[in-house]
Amino acid sequence: MHIKRSLARPSAIVGAGMSKFGAFPDKAGRDLFVEAFKEMSGSIDKGFDPKEIDEIYVGNFSSDLFEGQAHNAPIVADAVGLVPRSATRVEDACASGGVALRQGVMAIASGMADMVLVGGFERMTTLPTAQVTDTLAAAGDTLFEIPAGFTFPAFYAAMASAYMHQYGLKPEHLMHVALKNHANGALNPKAQFGVTIPAWMQGRIETAKKKNKPVPSWQNEWDFLHDDAANPMVAWPLRLFDCSPITDGAACVLLVAADRAKEFTDNPITIIGSGQASGMPLHNRAELTSIGAAKVAAQQAYEMAGITAKDIRIAEVHDCFTIAEVIASEDLGFFAQGTGYGMAEDGVTARDGAKPINTSGGLKSKGHPVGASGVAQVIEVWKQMRGEAGARQVKQDVPLALTHNVGGTGQTCAVHVFERK
Amino acid sequence: MANDSRPFTANAFNQYLGEHKLMGTRCAKCRGLYLPPRAICPACHSDQLEWIEMSGKGKLAAFSAVFIGPSALQAEGYDRTNPYCAGIVELDEGVKISARVLGVDAKQPANIAIGTPLTVEFIERGEGEQKKTVLAFKAI
Repeated sequence: MHIKRSLARPSAIVGAGMSKFGAFPDKAGRDLFVEAFKEMSGSIDKGFDPKEIDEIYVGNFSSDLFEGQAHNAPIVADAVGLVPRSATRVEDACASGGVALRQGVMAIASGMADMVLVGGFERMTTLPTAQVTDTLAAAGDTLFEIPAGFTFPAFYAAMASAYMHQYGLKPEHLMHVALKNHANGALNPKAQFGVTIPAWMQGRIETAKKKNKPVPSWQNEWDFLHDDAANPMVAWPLRLFDCSPITDGAACVLLVAADRAKEFTDNPITIIGSGQASGMPLHNRAELTSIGAAKVAAQQAYEMAGITAKDIRIAEVHDCFTIAEVIASEDLGFFAQGTGYGMAEDGVTARDGAKPINTSGGLKSKGHPVGASGVAQVIEVWKQMRGEAGARQVKQDVPLALTHNVGGTGQTCAVHVFERK
Repeated sequence: MANDSRPFTANAFNQYLGEHKLMGTRCAKCRGLYLPPRAICPACHSDQLEWIEMSGKGKLAAFSAVFIGPSALQAEGYDRTNPYCAGIVELDEGVKISARVLGVDAKQPANIAIGTPLTVEFIERGEGEQKKTVLAFKAI
């Protein structure tokens, strides 16, 4: 199989915006998309004319089941005033947003478009948790995996069980990932659970005092994280704080042909590498402790960009579960296989570490509106690369960054490499 | 060799489960073995496959004790206080499949060992038209 690994015409991001992530019972998915579009429009330094948008790609997993609304691309295009432009929904489960970005990159590379709106949205809190679990399970193999009782937490828990057996990971290593991502998310005003875990614990203690309820005896965040009542088991070894939440949210970026980027901003972020690969269901993979599609997609993206994993300064990776961040950091080549699990504990992946991962708070703390997540990752690297990430801005300069967006248990992975020229 | 004329579909796989047979397919050309069954060989792209019955013996390759299950398992009575085990089983033939795992204590998941020897079981659910057989493996 040969994939031509160069772009005839590269794309640059000139605008990016997202809705607040959280639970918004009064808003439809399209309303969140409008919020993201408005923020994106306002972020373009030299302004733009929406009439110049040629194509729209929208990542969405299942507004069909969550909102009873299929065929949503023309609906969101209409909501932001872009009819009759071509509007296409992209669905690859949790990788929908990253794959939508790749479609935009290809539209510009093909010469068919100069300007592309890439967005994603998911309105998930419409359903009770049990039905959300069932809906997400549809991203697995419903004929051969789901009858065995697998849920999404259970799939990643199974990967964690194999990883623990092979490399000696302990649940505490995963808790370090959660602590780090919540520490980052606490500095992200858009995050759904933008609070550190110690502050969360303190909040619970104060609420108990205020209501004259028994005050929990946690001495520190480790007591809290080991407490079956405060941090219940979801799918062993994964507890509640190992799982990303159920989230409503939307995100948008504006892509233009890189040769036109300076018309819109003096600080464009160019996409220099794009990779995407597919994978088999978990039980058919030779290895259960890595995601092959991520390795292939990363290799494609690095090769196209002409760089290696070492060159990447920061990355937003798909931490739908804490174990997923560990596996991602190895699949992307940041750390050797079987060594990534200690990196959060050692501070390597912290905001001030050598390889900051998920400075936004990740899916874990920022929230995971499935179809929007891959696009929201791009917004974080855009902000960090332009020095606009506020309180969570990394200290080091970020000329090169990466996003890694996984669908299902790794049946889809999209990886993109970004450069500030 | 079972009834060779059945199509290589999930439906046929499930029919076999109902007959208490765990069936995969084998490529007649390159001898590649596939479970769940495949109609096209991904190694050599041949469509000359044949059904083959698996030994039903294997070991636990990965698992989770599930405390919050899908509605179907909640309806069977599984919940936070009564978790079940879902796993990936590696058969002696080298292929793997997802299955319910029985004969282990899902309430004490830290004591469940990867590599535990397992043998195939067939869980019967429902009656009449609703009757279906779920693939499981039991610790030996």
